Amino acid sequence: MLSRTAADLFWTGRYLERADFICRLVDATARLASLPSTYGGDPTAWAGALAAVGVADAFAASGAEMSEANVAPFLTIDPANPSSIRNCLERARGNARAVRTALTLEAWENLNGAWHEVERFSGPNLSRARAGELVETVRRAVLAFDGSAHRTMLRDDAYWFLQLGAAMERADNTARLLDVKYHLLLPRDEPVGGSLDYFQWATILRTVSALTAYRWVYRDTVKPWLVADLLIFNTQMPRSLASCYDELVELLDHLGRGSGRRGPATRTASAVQHGLRNTNIEAVFASGLHEFIGRFIADNNKLGSAVAEQFLF
Amino acid sequence: MRIRVHHATSYDYQFPAEGVVQALRMKPSDHEGQRVVHWRLDVDVDGLLRERRDAFGNWLHIFSADQPVTSLTLRVTGEVEVRDTAGVVRGAIERFPPGVFLRVTDLTTPDATLRDWAAETEPGETLARLHALMGRLHDDMSFDTAATNVATPAPEAFAHRRGVCQDYAHIFIAAARTLGIPARYVSGHLARPETDAQDAAHAWAEAWAEDLGWVAFDAANGVCANESYLRVATGLDYLDAAPMRGARRGGGAERLSVAVHARDAGFQRQD
Amino acid sequence: MADSFDEMNGWAGSGPRAAYGDVRRWLDETPPEILQTRRAQAELLFRRTGITFSVYGDADGAERLIPFDLVPRVLTGTEWARLERGLIQRVEALNALSADLYNGQEILRAGVIPPELVSLNPQYQLAVAGHVPPKGVFVHIAGIDLVRTGPDDFYVLEDNARTPSGVSYMLENREMMLRLFPDLLQRSQVAPVETYPDLLLETLRSVAPERHDGDAGIVVLTPGPHNSAFYEHSFLADKMGVELVEGADLFVRDDRVFMRTTEGPRRVDVIYRRIDDAYLDPLFFRPDSTLGVPGLLTAYLAGNVAIANAIGTGVADDKAMYSYMPEVIRFYSGQEAILPNVPTWRCREAEHLAYVLDHLPELVVKEVDGSGGYGMLVGPHSTKAQIEIFAQKLRAGPERFIAQPTLALSTCPTLCDSGIEPRHVDLRPFVLTGARGVKVVPGGLTRVALTPGSLVVNSSQGGGTKDTWVTG
Repeated sequence: MLSRTAADLFWTGRYLERADFICRLVDATARLASLPSTYGGDPTAWAGALAAVGVADAFAASGAEMSEANVAPFLTIDPANPSSIRNCLERARGNARAVRTALTLEAWENLNGAWHEVERFSGPNLSRARAGELVETVRRAVLAFDGSAHRTMLRDDAYWFLQLGAAMERADNTARLLDVKYHLLLPRDEPVGGSLDYFQWATILRTVSALTAYRWVYRDTVKPWLVADLLIFNTQMPRSLASCYDELVELLDHLGRGSGRRGPATRTASAVQHGLRNTNIEAVFASGLHEFIGRFIADNNKLGSAVAEQFLF
Repeated sequence: MRIRVHHATSYDYQFPAEGVVQALRMKPSDHEGQRVVHWRLDVDVDGLLRERRDAFGNWLHIFSADQPVTSLTLRVTGEVEVRDTAGVVRGAIERFPPGVFLRVTDLTTPDATLRDWAAETEPGETLARLHALMGRLHDDMSFDTAATNVATPAPEAFAHRRGVCQDYAHIFIAAARTLGIPARYVSGHLARPETDAQDAAHAWAEAWAEDLGWVAFDAANGVCANESYLRVATGLDYLDAAPMRGARRGGGAERLSVAVHARDAGFQRQD
Repeated sequence: MADSFDEMNGWAGSGPRAAYGDVRRWLDETPPEILQTRRAQAELLFRRTGITFSVYGDADGAERLIPFDLVPRVLTGTEWARLERGLIQRVEALNALSADLYNGQEILRAGVIPPELVSLNPQYQLAVAGHVPPKGVFVHIAGIDLVRTGPDDFYVLEDNARTPSGVSYMLENREMMLRLFPDLLQRSQVAPVETYPDLLLETLRSVAPERHDGDAGIVVLTPGPHNSAFYEHSFLADKMGVELVEGADLFVRDDRVFMRTTEGPRRVDVIYRRIDDAYLDPLFFRPDSTLGVPGLLTAYLAGNVAIANAIGTGVADDKAMYSYMPEVIRFYSGQEAILPNVPTWRCREAEHLAYVLDHLPELVVKEVDGSGGYGMLVGPHSTKAQIEIFAQKLRAGPERFIAQPTLALSTCPTLCDSGIEPRHVDLRPFVLTGARGVKVVPGGLTRVALTPGSLVVNSSQGGGTKDTWVTG
């Protein structure tokens, strides 16, 4: 496969995954920020959301005041924010369009259709209701794209590169969320269920669509260290770091199968997977959650470079 | 005169540049007025260097680097025996009839001002007209290294009446062609007595006079080429005869430095 | 318009033509409201496929959808046989001309063409003078624009020997007709066009330079998704099953061309390029081009890659050269042109100039290097004063002009809002030349001027397209 085609598919996968993540982040943050402060309502919630997407500096540079009225449009439709949902979708579509024939008609039409819908949301004063609609539209579109790709695409390099981008981005998103919120997850002596942080934990779980999953897995009330465990180590949970790396290793194996070639991406991914399998949440807390997450983000970035190197992007 | 040339060109890239390819027209060819004694081209990074003749018969080297590079230096050393032929160039490789050199290129498309200015050249014999054209251009223009760049078309430089040797050559060529006289661009070296390195090679023009053939005019200096002029490459305009044209992927910003020494080998034997 | 030849009804009063028997019966038998329903259905289907069209264009792609008319344009097998011979003869001449102009220039020495037509033509690429492309083929894909003025009167209006486009519409139009009216097509015994992608692939494969390690690598080189014809580029690559590449996907190493793939560099032997000469290689042509491949020219000159069409074929298809094509055909084949040119007066020649000046009110006068209708006089539509001013321009610089009669293009029945009406049409057949000869897919792209009376078939000016049938 042409390297550019592979790269375009990889980035299509990444941008769609990012758009989906920001959708859930905006949704969960709006919910948290709207709680009365006596119930854990957090005036800094939006700042946290910006940090989790990695655009805090870009927002600060815009000079706008930190408020939902400013941050929500920034994260959703602002063309000036390279990681706004709108821009993510535009880039996903732009990348897909350049390699249109590598996708099936169904997958392409879902993506193209979603982009034309999102184009209709514009203007600086996006009402809360409109923002909600936008988020809902994009979430549905990403689900429809994934579904059509899953149902109609050949299981060949095109499909694997699309999934590879998505899995890498998913790992990055979960890690960033943990990085921003890690202080809330550190074990403390607080009365179970009585903490105001409960709503923060719930927000984290909502952002990775795992509030219900948590209860099924742990059959327990929301406890911060279990939230951390779920997001890092639980292999049933598709957005956990461990799941993402299991998937990445498998995808890289698929990609290597045809040519029999092994390269830096294969090695990096196996090393990270190995690292995740040989530790647990207690050990991570003992050695420092923040440091652990920092190392993971660096490793994941390294894998990004290794993929580009191995497949000549 | 025996002209000795030392020529170093260095590129520095902000990031490693991939797929660096350079098309180099740096090696002179023989004609009746010049004979290459020796000539050497060296590149300081690993790669392939291939030599061939281009469409105009110039020596062309294509260099492609093996690996991404952050810097690249091309070094030319050579010696050429040149004699004064009063600007007449005979015995050079000619691949096209003179009529081809009436073509207009992007860099030499005249505007109305340049056309009118050229038309004011006194009627007469071709050679006399060319001398008149050169004289007028030399008088009307001022040498100025800040006014133009390598991509400046003739009419733009002419509008400012400022420019470097490349602009003089382009304007001269554009004007001669509007008078129906075939003209072409020459890149080369002008041997200078001073010891300081120049930051560019030289350029001038050749025009076709029926009885004499190609005659070289250096409007920037107001003279026909003599034994101080080492002719390297020729073409319709700068782009055909440029000493270097390169391409690369990535690499970010580029810094280019050029140091050219061209001088009388008999004048200064110690190097 | 009253004195135009109609493809279905012939000359006014002459009665219907046999070629359209099935189509006429179909039009007669089908109630108008059903036709309109079919038209709406076609539009709907096309809009759906149209998603496919528009997605490739920019955000305004939907507007660029070229209207499709469902009444086919029909040519009989006999008519086509003559056209085909004429097209093959003409394209052979275009190839012979290109080959000669870049190697030997016998035609110039014979005085058939004025040398300045070549030496001063920027489309004559000095960089490839003396080069013989692989298998000696220059014009692999040609689009020859034909017009008709009577039952047996076809003229060549223009040669396209660079990167002619439109073949994807020819193929898509047929698919649409097959979907809408399968019975009608079967009844009429319409020759298929769907072999075009295979023929194109075969043509490209046949000119691959010899090498003994592996299959020929063939690619379609596009300027990218922002190009208005990107749809066609990706369509053709897809149908041929070859990679659609951009300049940055290719690189040149040791005078050989490779593409960057996820499994390492892969050799490229044939490039079907949809990029103009000037943008192919920034080292030798426009230095600001980001669409090309640095060093491609040296690989080409080394004979290691075939480029279709060859670099420099633009010299063979420009307006000034066009007027010499009958002489060019005679010079290389010793035969008269089967398909005549539209009569053209070259104002550079005194006798021609005198005729043109005397007949300005009935002629179309064009600037040799003009395009897009600028610097043009349409005699029948001009005032006396305009003609007088133009006559002065003509006397001042006659070599810059050619003149042609105003042609009464044939009309073809076309479904309009008010029903079936005649509209002017032209025809662009696509002619392929490989190492083993010349091939033409029966038919081509019929363009139709949808505005009543208009002779302008260009899609940018309200033109549409029709399926073109060669029957029997």
